[in-house]
Amino acid sequence: MNTQRVGEVIEASTTDFVAQCYELYQSPPLGSLVKTADSPLELYGIVYHATTTSLEPGRRPIARGKDEASEEAIYQSSPQLLKLLRSEFSALVVGHREGDRLYHYLPPKPARIHGFVYLCSPDEVKEFSQSFDFLNILINTHLPVSVEELVAASLRQMSQVYEDSHTFLVAAGKELAVLVSQFNQLKAILGRIKE
Amino acid sequence: MSQQLGIVVSGSLNKGVEVRLDSTASVEDMAVGRYVTIEGERRRFFGMITDVSLGVIDQQLTQTPPDVSDPFMAEVLAGTSTYGTLHVSPYLTIGGDVANLLEGPQPVKTIPRHFSAVNLASDQDIELVFGKEDKERFWIGNPLDMETKLCLSMENLVERSSGVFGKSGTGKTFFTRQLLIGMLQKGKAVNLIFDMHNEYGWEGRSEEGRKVKALKQLFQEKVAVFTLDEENSRRRGVSTDFVVRIGYDEIEPEDMVLLRQTLNLTEPAVEAVYQMRRHFGKNWLQSTIDLKDSDESKELLDELHIHESTYQNLQRGLATIRRLPFLVPHSPDNPVGRILEYLERGINVVLEFGRYDDVTAYILVANLLTRRIHAQYRERVERAMGEDTAPPHPLVITIEEAHKFLNPGVANQTIFGTIAREMRKYSVTLLVIDQRPSGIDEEVMSQIGTKITFLLDNERDIDSVLAGVSGKSELKSVLAKLASKQQALIFGHAVPMPVTFQPREYGSAESYKAFIPGGEAELRQQTEKDIEELWK
Repeated sequence: MNTQRVGEVIEASTTDFVAQCYELYQSPPLGSLVKTADSPLELYGIVYHATTTSLEPGRRPIARGKDEASEEAIYQSSPQLLKLLRSEFSALVVGHREGDRLYHYLPPKPARIHGFVYLCSPDEVKEFSQSFDFLNILINTHLPVSVEELVAASLRQMSQVYEDSHTFLVAAGKELAVLVSQFNQLKAILGRIKE
Repeated sequence: MSQQLGIVVSGSLNKGVEVRLDSTASVEDMAVGRYVTIEGERRRFFGMITDVSLGVIDQQLTQTPPDVSDPFMAEVLAGTSTYGTLHVSPYLTIGGDVANLLEGPQPVKTIPRHFSAVNLASDQDIELVFGKEDKERFWIGNPLDMETKLCLSMENLVERSSGVFGKSGTGKTFFTRQLLIGMLQKGKAVNLIFDMHNEYGWEGRSEEGRKVKALKQLFQEKVAVFTLDEENSRRRGVSTDFVVRIGYDEIEPEDMVLLRQTLNLTEPAVEAVYQMRRHFGKNWLQSTIDLKDSDESKELLDELHIHESTYQNLQRGLATIRRLPFLVPHSPDNPVGRILEYLERGINVVLEFGRYDDVTAYILVANLLTRRIHAQYRERVERAMGEDTAPPHPLVITIEEAHKFLNPGVANQTIFGTIAREMRKYSVTLLVIDQRPSGIDEEVMSQIGTKITFLLDNERDIDSVLAGVSGKSELKSVLAKLASKQQALIFGHAVPMPVTFQPREYGSAESYKAFIPGGEAELRQQTEKDIEELWK
């Protein structure tokens, strides 16, 4: 299958999982749909947060570029940096697959540590976004990013796989109009997803 | 084709149901007065749109409206955060099982359950409710924005009195002509038409001045034109069947009561008429006019306790009547007898007033003739009941300016009031045509079975037409929104539910063809063909 492996689960809970990227700065875009297998289930998540930090929590990177000509040159002259830093991303669990069936609600168990995380293929994204039930999960969770940003980002990502992205976004917008009780919040989301 | 409009979201039997429009249906395509069907769980409902409104999910939308110039925003909000609602009054229901299907539509006693689908009524639905054009039903027009033929059972119509109301120039006369043709075509009743403005007998005129054929031209055999003004009829090229002359001795005190307002008579003067009648007998009118200014007359007035000024007032009134040229001291013929003779043969009678189209003449003649005709009819019906023979043809009497005969002051005394109240017991009903229904006595109004109303804009007129109708306030909004011409609302006895419609076209050569009995023969052929098909 044409899926791209983007990382490995290093922390998991019922509602979300954190994965570390294999390459520094290679985390999938905000709002993209990822999946991880936990046989016989496949968990789907939406990327809601990404960080790049020092490998050791107590040791912060220091500025190194004073005598360098370009940013790129810093990494070239200190190749160990790529190993001392790491990129992680967090995904909110929004559904799972069991056999042929897709469920837009939480799986019975969280993801497994060291489970591989893949970016979903356009076909999978299309299949998953046939139902907008996942929006409800996005709206009702407390996250470090604002709900408006996350919802808008995920819809923008998903709309890219559709030829007629306008129709998809209108349909999603209508669903949101029903789900979001505050008009200001709705307006903020709609403002972020219109083309 | 039926098209889903939305779903029922709330409602009550009394107030009607609220329907939330689907986002695909635009509020602007809706119109009050249109028909919808509601697919309930066990039964279907037929209703009418009586109001259209806008709703929002969040009140904030109304306070800080979104930027609708953004098409994306507008598209998303339509039908979700902002939506249209319809107010639908259900009138009829039909159950899903066989027994109910055979019974046909029944008046509603409940409402559809939550979220029942609401569709625009299809042609078949209309046909199911109002029936097809056949030998009893007459095609009167099309429901608003629909192609279906709206048919009216003429038998039901003539069972009760009916009324055609509307401001002048809205199409009352054109429609009445069609109704009369309907009754004639279906042969359910004979008509006596008091034709104040000479519009129903031979020919009338449209507002543009175009001549249109009236009854006699279309149904030579079945219509007789009587006239009060022979000369005028001749000049208009109308072949009349009879010239009506009325003798003084045929005028009764009751006729004077009716004329009180138009003749400017005082209350005591009307009283004096009765005293004169008692004193002089049948010939009272001639005798009163003949009273000279002598001592004998004075004595007589004293004896009858009639005051001098009252007497003068009465004389002035009588002088006005005397000036009517169709009144003669002794009528050479018996107009009532002649009218009845025609009616008995099933021939409709149109009485033209020629130049005498003032209210005095109209009230006097219409009341006088009708009273006698009603008395005769009554006698015949009673005899028929006693002898168990066939009763006479049902009779429909058409009067214009009905509020002059049926206003609260005189409705109790005129024969028209009696006919309206007694209704069909004696097979005589009224077809009243009026532009000021508020002038008609409430009691009479409540007895009018079928009402057809064109646009009315006076609040009191609207109230009086709709008095006693269930769902009055809903119908009121429908009535107030009728077009100023050629649109009417019909409700009451002859129709299963109220309906706004556009009357059939009248005045072109094709339209006449559709009205004359040739059409009936075709219909019969069609029926026969249908029957054959059925047995194949």
